[in-house]
Amino acid sequence: MKKIKLLLVDDEKAFLDTITKRLELRDIDVSAVYSGKDALSEIEKNKSVEVILLDVKMPEMDGIQTLVELKRKAPLVEVIMLTGHATVESAIDGMKLGAFDYLMKPCDIDVLIGKVKGAASKKRDHEEKITEARIKEITERRV
Amino acid sequence: MEISAERSAFYQELSRKIRILILVISFFPFTLTTGILFYRFNLTYTEKIQAHISELVQKHTQNIDTFLSEKLGNIRHLAYQLENNTQPPEQFLKTNLELLETEYPDSFTDISIVNEDGLQIAYEGPFNLKNADYKNSEWFQNAMEKPFYISDVFAGLRGHPHFIIAVKVRLSGKDHILRATINFAGFNSMVENIQIGKTGIAYILNSKGQVQTKVDIRINPSIIASLVDYKNPENRTIIAEKQDPAGNKYLYAISTLKNIDWSVVFRQDVRDAFSDFRKTQMLTLLLLVVGCIVVITVAFTLPRYIVKLISSAETKSEAMNRQVVESGKLASIGELAAGIAHEINNPVAIMVEEAGWIEDLLEDEALKETGNLLEFKRALKQINTQGKRCKEITHKLLSFARKTDSTINDVEVNEAIREMVSLTAQMAKYNNVSIGTKLEENLPFVRISPSELQQVMLNLINNAIDAMEKTGGSLTIETLRSHAEKKHIEILIEDTGPGIPKENLERIFNPFFTTKAVGKGTGLGLSICYGLVQKMGGKIEVSSQVGVGTQFRIFIPFQDDLTENIKSEFKTTIL
Repeated sequence: MKKIKLLLVDDEKAFLDTITKRLELRDIDVSAVYSGKDALSEIEKNKSVEVILLDVKMPEMDGIQTLVELKRKAPLVEVIMLTGHATVESAIDGMKLGAFDYLMKPCDIDVLIGKVKGAASKKRDHEEKITEARIKEITERRV
Repeated sequence: MEISAERSAFYQELSRKIRILILVISFFPFTLTTGILFYRFNLTYTEKIQAHISELVQKHTQNIDTFLSEKLGNIRHLAYQLENNTQPPEQFLKTNLELLETEYPDSFTDISIVNEDGLQIAYEGPFNLKNADYKNSEWFQNAMEKPFYISDVFAGLRGHPHFIIAVKVRLSGKDHILRATINFAGFNSMVENIQIGKTGIAYILNSKGQVQTKVDIRINPSIIASLVDYKNPENRTIIAEKQDPAGNKYLYAISTLKNIDWSVVFRQDVRDAFSDFRKTQMLTLLLLVVGCIVVITVAFTLPRYIVKLISSAETKSEAMNRQVVESGKLASIGELAAGIAHEINNPVAIMVEEAGWIEDLLEDEALKETGNLLEFKRALKQINTQGKRCKEITHKLLSFARKTDSTINDVEVNEAIREMVSLTAQMAKYNNVSIGTKLEENLPFVRISPSELQQVMLNLINNAIDAMEKTGGSLTIETLRSHAEKKHIEILIEDTGPGIPKENLERIFNPFFTTKAVGKGTGLGLSICYGLVQKMGGKIEVSSQVGVGTQFRIFIPFQDDLTENIKSEFKTTIL
């Protein structure tokens, strides 16, 4: 099975470095950026990103703002909100804006992987369905 | 509540100041008004009494004057008749004395004619005084010099006090005197016939200060002498107050007669004259004393009452201030807690991730050979566990700080309690704690968030069970309509645990205050309860006795109409 391409976005460098190593060990293709802006430029450059793990609380551009921009640029990419903020409200806000799910820090690696996998599979399904729809459309045109 | 020594001294000082103020502002106008009124009354009353006596004495003097004028007129008329008389003188005197006695009974004693040599040539009367010789008598000499003359009182030849009216007449070309003796007893009774009070007496003084009526033994000669000076040319009555050597004070009214150089003197004991006034004085004094007693009583009781009110108000205000401070503290700590929770989760997450990374690395075959592998794994597991504990703490902190949008419902308190009791029953059993309930039926509904009430109950029940985990014991939950607070439901949670020492009791609602072993409690449970009960519009109180147990009392307000509405709706639904 194809490796999941995950983009981590968090201003906590130490957290990102460690979790990157742990996720790579679990066969996930991880890239990491430390701000919302970097995340947006990364998504422009790297179209293969499937899932983004996005921290809610960041300086300058926070998680929610980043989410809005990301969804505009790459609507199919699934986003998992990561928060140290235990309020259900911020998570729900994210969900309303199109996030796949949310996770609270500190999180269990297995739970994280489970959610990442779920998000990736959703994205792939989605893409597959789109592809199928296009093929169908082309086929129908030819007929 | 115990009042500090400093405050007690302040209250005493306050009480003293109020007392002085009451005494000053009451006594000053009180005594001033009473004094002025009393002085004015005294003046007016004295004037009135004096005017009254003066008027009576004036009238009395006029009566005496009229009597004397009348008698003088009678004798002058008789003198005129005598000058033209043809009868023998004795016959004339007899006839006319009889006539006078008939006309004016008890006025004349005798009547006589004295010739120019002082020899009484004719006499009609009860005494044998014919041919009496008055040549050397004072009255005779005075009478011969004037057309008429009224004498002072004298004993004369008869040896009895009397006075005479003498009128000069011309008989056979020579001067004679028609002389009449006034009935002294009758005159005396007339003078004395003035009744004012119990001690009022009247008498007559001549110009030399000699008493012309019966001398009363009560009349002091020294005073009589001093009264001679009070001669009044304008015929006005003079009022004077004199004191006799024995110290008795008398009020004198002196009035001068017109026809004769005599003065009518009226004397009355001052105490008698002013007896009514004295009664009024006594009454005023009594009222003054009663007034003073009332003022003093008020001055001593009112400050105590006021100070008590102030003290109670201050105590209440302090309690309220404490509550405000408590709420403020809770709010600020809540905000702080929220901030901390945000920030602390990131480093904790890093630690947990690092531990996870080491765990991952330990999966490496080469490292699996290390002798301390199990110890490493145990340590990493511990880091993970403690990381999760940190997470739980911060989550609790956040839920404490968060403004919950918990939906408000009409809650049946008993139902919520039963639910909580059944939830905790297993834990209680495990800790050897028996939970008993005493729930008053038909309690009104309360409009609160049911989950918040459950959280409060759960915290309190858990705390009680924790407190009794070593010894076991019983936990009683009681609900009732509060007697202490009107329109409140009271929930009592009473345990038989070790109790809370006094020094801790004041702090138990403070956030982070805990007596539980490290790692067992966050110290937030009771402060959350405190905040939630306040949010319900109620209050929570605690009382505890070391070795006996602890009692929490929660008061939650209810609305009567709400309960009635719900009940009636309920009935309608059933019907």
